[in-house]
Amino acid sequence: MGGAMVPLEWYIGLSAVIFIIGVAGFMIRKNIIIMLMSIELMLNAVNISLVAFSHYLQDLRGQVMVFFIITVAAAEAAIGLAILVSLFKNKAAVHTDEIIEMKG
Amino acid sequence: MDKYVLIPLLPLTAFVINIIFGKWIIKEKAHWIAILAVLGSFAIAVSAFLEVLSGKVINYDVYNWIVSGNFKVTVGFLIDQLTAIMLIVVTSVSLLVHIYSVGYMHGDGGYYRFFAYLSLFTFSMLMLVMGNNLLQLYFGWEAVGLCSYFLIGFWYEKKSAADAGKKAFIVNRFGDFGFGIGVIMIFLMLGSLHYTEIFGKIGTLQGQAINILGYNVDLITLIALLLFCGAVGKSAQIPLHVWLPDAMEGPTPVSALIHAATMVTAGVFMVARFNPIFNLSETAMNVVALTGAITSLFAATIALVQNDIKRIVAYSTVSQLGYMFLACGVGAYGAGIFHLYTHAYFKALLFLGAGSVMHAMAGELDIQKMGGLKKYMPVTYWTFLIASLSIAGIPGLAGFFSKDEILWLAYNHGTVGKIVWAMGTAVAALTAFYSFRIIFLAFHGTFRGTHEQEHHLHESPKAMTMPLMILAVGAVAAGWVGIPAALGGSNAIAHFFEPVLGHPHVTAAHEEEYMVMGISIAAAIGGIFVSWIFYSLKPEIPKNLAVKFKSIYTTLWNKYYVDELYDFIIVRPVKWTATNILVAVTDGKIIEGIVNGVPAAIRNFGERLRKLQTGYLQHYALSMALGVFVILTLVLIAKGR
Repeated sequence: MGGAMVPLEWYIGLSAVIFIIGVAGFMIRKNIIIMLMSIELMLNAVNISLVAFSHYLQDLRGQVMVFFIITVAAAEAAIGLAILVSLFKNKAAVHTDEIIEMKG
Repeated sequence: MDKYVLIPLLPLTAFVINIIFGKWIIKEKAHWIAILAVLGSFAIAVSAFLEVLSGKVINYDVYNWIVSGNFKVTVGFLIDQLTAIMLIVVTSVSLLVHIYSVGYMHGDGGYYRFFAYLSLFTFSMLMLVMGNNLLQLYFGWEAVGLCSYFLIGFWYEKKSAADAGKKAFIVNRFGDFGFGIGVIMIFLMLGSLHYTEIFGKIGTLQGQAINILGYNVDLITLIALLLFCGAVGKSAQIPLHVWLPDAMEGPTPVSALIHAATMVTAGVFMVARFNPIFNLSETAMNVVALTGAITSLFAATIALVQNDIKRIVAYSTVSQLGYMFLACGVGAYGAGIFHLYTHAYFKALLFLGAGSVMHAMAGELDIQKMGGLKKYMPVTYWTFLIASLSIAGIPGLAGFFSKDEILWLAYNHGTVGKIVWAMGTAVAALTAFYSFRIIFLAFHGTFRGTHEQEHHLHESPKAMTMPLMILAVGAVAAGWVGIPAALGGSNAIAHFFEPVLGHPHVTAAHEEEYMVMGISIAAAIGGIFVSWIFYSLKPEIPKNLAVKFKSIYTTLWNKYYVDELYDFIIVRPVKWTATNILVAVTDGKIIEGIVNGVPAAIRNFGERLRKLQTGYLQHYALSMALGVFVILTLVLIAKGR
């Protein structure tokens, strides 16, 4: 403690920036692998803000939540990649504009 | 279970058996079941009649039909003098017609169906006459109408038959509408539908009036006229007479049973049954008498010029039914029912005779194409002659006594009575004329049909001639129970009916009765004589008359254009409304609009909605992000306030 501490606002700013990069990446890129990575970015942006608030409020519940999110993110990445592999085997496609069977 | 229940139950059982098993199992043996059933009914009816004759009146409830609050209707039987005679008429004529049909309907594809319907009809008619309450009468009333519809349209492949069936049914709706309202009014005013209670309480309504559209109408007159509406439809009186002549499209035994002897007389029976109501309203009585008299004259004049043998007899039926109403209208209910009873025999005989002629002529109905049938079919000729003499009112035969009783009692019934008596006497002459026109044209002279037809001529089989002979006995002897005192008889039937129907008190001398009788005999003999001159002696006279009085002739030939009038004022506007409003607007626009419009709207909405599903993941993500943005913005704005 003591000295020049990084203020909370910076953490929040960083978190927001990373989150927006994630959202933008998810929306703009068509490669599903990139999109999955964007999702990871968004989740981790939330993690940063949770940890920052947890420290700021001196409340460990925020950090407990972060562990949950990391676990869920890992599971989600595993399932997402599995779907991706299977999708590639069947359709030889990793771009979302090639997978539009659900078009109404 | 007592035996009276069996009277209607036996034909009902026969109907059920024949309609279920007739087509596949019973087939040509269908008549056995039907005939045995009606024979059983006849036997029980005779025993019931004998009990009534010994002074017993049977009136009891079988079971509760409808119980709802204070509305209680039972199925019950009332067998008094009036019902007893109706039972005899219905079951005996029905039995003979059943037997006759064995010969007449032989080889018809719908043999079992025919007998099933005859049984159903007999059941319905018996329920009608035996009921001890109005609703049971109404049930029988509608059921006989339904059977009539089935049987008129029995040969439904023929368009004219199917049309005639519909016409009979629809025309009867008009009358039954009034009748139905009458029944409801009786219940509303008196709180019961049982005859004994109705007749017990009807006096309390005397002098009460009901306000309809600003007019005060006497309640009893209104009820009586509403009931009479039903009778007008069922018994084919003016203005609802149009269905009966067309009903001749049905098989001839049906014409004899339903459209001559029994069903059409239900109206007369009903008016007689409700005589305590009619007696309280002089207006209603006069309406009944005049309707009867006018119909009688009207139908008789039409019958003068028709050439279709069955139609002539049909108009004669309308005319004789008019006679019965005339009798009821002057308070001579007993005489009316007496005429109903004698008429059943001679008119059934006329129809069955006409059927026998048709059988020999291979379906030919035009009497202008017949002639000289006497030597080919003697039994038919003699029985037909007896029936014609009877209907013409030749002394000694059944028709004479009943007709004379009616005319005599009408003569003694004030001004209205005198008017209807004069009309009735004129009708007697006309009746004799057209009845003998058939005799002279069809049975005398030389044959005017084709050679093929002449070769085919033959007397009908035993099953057909036997009922003719039995009915001929009825047409002669049925009237002997009502020989008036003036002729040394005791008028037993009038005394028999007196407890139920009353008997007008006539004080006039026998001499006067002889005069009335003489006039009607003279009318009858005059009619026959003129007919003989016209159609046997000088056949050019009717042809010349038809040319000379062309307008009258064509009016009569076209039955006073009543059908055309109804076509113009009722059928066409209704059809126009149906096609242009109901079909085109109500059905085509409104109902189909809703039925088709709702799915079309949903489909349209779906078509638009599916455009949102682009299949591009990014679009979904964008909409989610925008959604979150919008919601968050709203939440923040709400918080900030």
